[in-house]
Amino acid sequence: MQQLFYAIVTMAAGVLACVAYFFGTNWILDRIFPSKGLSGAKASQNLRITNAIRPWLFLGPALFALTIYLIYPVIESVWLAFHDKSGQEFVGIRNFVWMVNDGEFRQSIFNNFLWLLVVPAAATFFGLIIAALTDRIWWGNIAKTLIFMPMAISFVGASVIWKFIYDYRAEGSEQIGLLNAIVVAFGGSPEAWITIPFWNNFFLMVILIWIQTGFAMVILSAALRGIPEETLEAAVIDGANGLQIFFKIMIPQIWGTIAVVWTTITILVLKVFDIVLAMTNGQWQSQVLANLMFDWMFRGGGDFGRGAAIAVTIMVLVIPIMIWNIRNARKEMGGH
Amino acid sequence: MIGAARSSLMWVVHLAVLLLVVIWTLPTAGLLISSLRDKDQLAVSGWWTALSSSSRNDVFRAPAADAQVERDGKFIITGNVSESGGLKVSAFGTSSREPGAFQPGETTDLADGAKLTVQEDGSFEIVSDTRMEGTRGQRIFYTASTPPRFTFDNYREVLNAEGIGASFINSLTVAVPATIIPILIAAFAAYALAWMEFPGRALLIAVVVGLLVVPLQMSLIPLLKLYNGVGAFFGVPAKTYMGIWLAHTGFGLPLAIYLLRNYMAGLPREIMESARVDGASDFDIFIKIILPLSFPALASFAIFQFLWTWNDLLVAMVFLGTGNNELVLTGRLVNLLGSRGGNWEILTASAFITIIVPLIVFFSLQRYLVRGLLAGSVKGG
Repeated sequence: MQQLFYAIVTMAAGVLACVAYFFGTNWILDRIFPSKGLSGAKASQNLRITNAIRPWLFLGPALFALTIYLIYPVIESVWLAFHDKSGQEFVGIRNFVWMVNDGEFRQSIFNNFLWLLVVPAAATFFGLIIAALTDRIWWGNIAKTLIFMPMAISFVGASVIWKFIYDYRAEGSEQIGLLNAIVVAFGGSPEAWITIPFWNNFFLMVILIWIQTGFAMVILSAALRGIPEETLEAAVIDGANGLQIFFKIMIPQIWGTIAVVWTTITILVLKVFDIVLAMTNGQWQSQVLANLMFDWMFRGGGDFGRGAAIAVTIMVLVIPIMIWNIRNARKEMGGH
Repeated sequence: MIGAARSSLMWVVHLAVLLLVVIWTLPTAGLLISSLRDKDQLAVSGWWTALSSSSRNDVFRAPAADAQVERDGKFIITGNVSESGGLKVSAFGTSSREPGAFQPGETTDLADGAKLTVQEDGSFEIVSDTRMEGTRGQRIFYTASTPPRFTFDNYREVLNAEGIGASFINSLTVAVPATIIPILIAAFAAYALAWMEFPGRALLIAVVVGLLVVPLQMSLIPLLKLYNGVGAFFGVPAKTYMGIWLAHTGFGLPLAIYLLRNYMAGLPREIMESARVDGASDFDIFIKIILPLSFPALASFAIFQFLWTWNDLLVAMVFLGTGNNELVLTGRLVNLLGSRGGNWEILTASAFITIIVPLIVFFSLQRYLVRGLLAGSVKGG
C-alpha cells in the first residue's frame, strides 16, 4: 500500500512536471516574444520566431526520451557487438565468428526461421478465414470477441494455459492435460510434448498463433468490410460463387492489408522471448534468438559483446521490414 | 434448390465458426475451471470431468487395538476411512492384491477372528469376540468416488503464501504510471508533427515509423549499462520503479506518437484555421481543441500501453529487482513455473489472477482497442 502511495505521488509529480514544462516554456516564449498588443512589423516578426521555436518545445521531451531509450542504444549495441564481454576492448568480428560457430546460435537461427515460416502464415490464414466467416453470421461479433480475447493475455499467462494442455502423466495414470487425454482417448500413448526436439517448436508456436490470430482477424475483417459493395454485387451478377468471390475478388483487394498483418506478426516473432523462457527456457533444442540474447546478457556474469552481437542479428533481420514500413508511410503521406 | 444449398452452406459456416470459437476459448476455460477445483481432484482428473464425481483408490489404516471399546461382550473399533467425509465407497478389501474384493455393506473375516464391515459412506466397524491385540491397525483398501468440489482455497493460498497478492500491487505500480506519462509527452509531439511547420518534419516522422519496429533487445544491454552507471554515480539503486516507468515511456513513445499523429492529422483543417484567425496560438489550439477531440486515439493508446506494460516480462526482468516488493506478476508466474511446476492448483490460480485485469480491460474497452489496432498498423499500398 505504501508502495502504491509512492507510485501515485511520483506519478502526480511526473505529470505535473510535464504539464509545468509545457505550460512554462509556452509562457516564457510568449513573454520574450510577445505578439499580442504589439502592432505591425514587430508583432509579425515575433510571431515568426515563436512559430519556429514552438515545435521544438512540443517535441523536446519526446525527442529526448526517444534518443535515450531507442536511438542511443541501437548505436551502442552495434558498438558493443565489436567489443569484449565487459565492453572495454575492441575485438573486431570475434563475437560474430563465435556466433556462427556456436551450436546453440545455429539452433536458434534454425528455430527462428521455422517460427517465421509458420506463425505469420498460420495466424494470417486463420485470421482471414475467421474474418470472412464471421461477417456472414448474426453472432459474428460475439465469436470475434472470443477469438480476439487471447490478445489481452500475457505471453507468460498463455504459456501456463498451454503448458497445462500439454501436461504429461506416465502411461496408465489418468491424463489431466487435454492434449494427452485426447491422444489416449483415441488409443495413442501419452507424450511429454514440449520435450520432443524439433516438434516442440510447433507446440510453442501454437501459443503465439492462438494469441495473434485475433489481431489478424480484426485488421482483415475491417479490410474486407472496406471492399466497395458495388464490386461484390458486380461479381454476383456475373455469376461468381462464394469461393470465387473470396479468392478472386476479396483477397486481391485486401492484399496490402494482408502484407501489413504478415509483417507485423513477423516482427513479433523475431522478438519472441517470454513463451520460450516460460515453456522450455531453450531446453530440448527449442532455443530462439531473443531468449539466447537474454541468456548471454546474464550468463557467467554477463557477456555484453555476445549479447549485443545476437541483438544486432535480430535488428538486421528487422531492417528490411522497417524500410518497407517507412516507404509505405511516406507514400501515404504524399497522397494527402 | 439454390436456397436449400445456400442454407446448408450457412449451417457449415455456423458450425465452422462454432468449432473455431470453442478451440480458441477452451484453453482459457480449462484454466479458470481448474483454478476453482479442489486441489486433490485437480491432480488426479482432467478439468473436463470437473462436474462428475472423481473415483480414486486409496488405503486407510484403522486405529490400533488400544482404540477398541467393549460393548455387549464384543470388542469393537469404529471409524471412517475419510477424515473429511463426503465420499462414496464402491468397493473395499484388506490386501493390496485384492483392494476391491468386497462390496460396501459386506462383512469379511480378518486374520485373528475379527470381522470388518465397511459401509457406503466410508464408516467401518471391526468386531471381535475376543480382546484384540497388536500395535498396528488393520489396513483397509477402498475405491471411492468423491462428488465435485469447487473452492476458492487455491486463490486464497496464492494471494497470501505465494506472494501473488504483493506482485499484483507491484504490477499496478508499474503499469499505471507507465501508461499515463507517455501519453502526455506523445500528444504534444504528435501535434507538432501533424500540424506545425518546421524543417525536418518529414524526416522525424520517418524516424518515428522506423523506431516502431526496433527490437527491444537492441536497447537492453546499453540501458542496463547506463542505469548501472547512473546508479553508481548518484549512489542510488540501479533498479527502481522510476527507471522502469521511464523505460516503458521510451519504448511506448513511437507507437504513441504514430497513433496520435495519424489521428490528429485527420482532423479537419478548418477548425484550426478559424481558431488561428481568432488569434489563438498553437498552444491554445492544442490544449483547447485538439486534445479533447483526440480522446478516442488517446484512449486507444492508453489501452495498448496498459496491456503491454501489465503483460511485459522482459523489461521488468531487466530493469526491476526481484524482491517481494518489486517482482511483477509475470515474473512471479515464471518463477512459480520453475519452483511449483507440478502444482497446477497454484499455477492455474496464479495465472488467472495475472490475466484477469487485462481481460476486464479488454472486454470493457474493446471498441477503443480495435480502433487503435486499425490505426496502428502501417497501412499497405
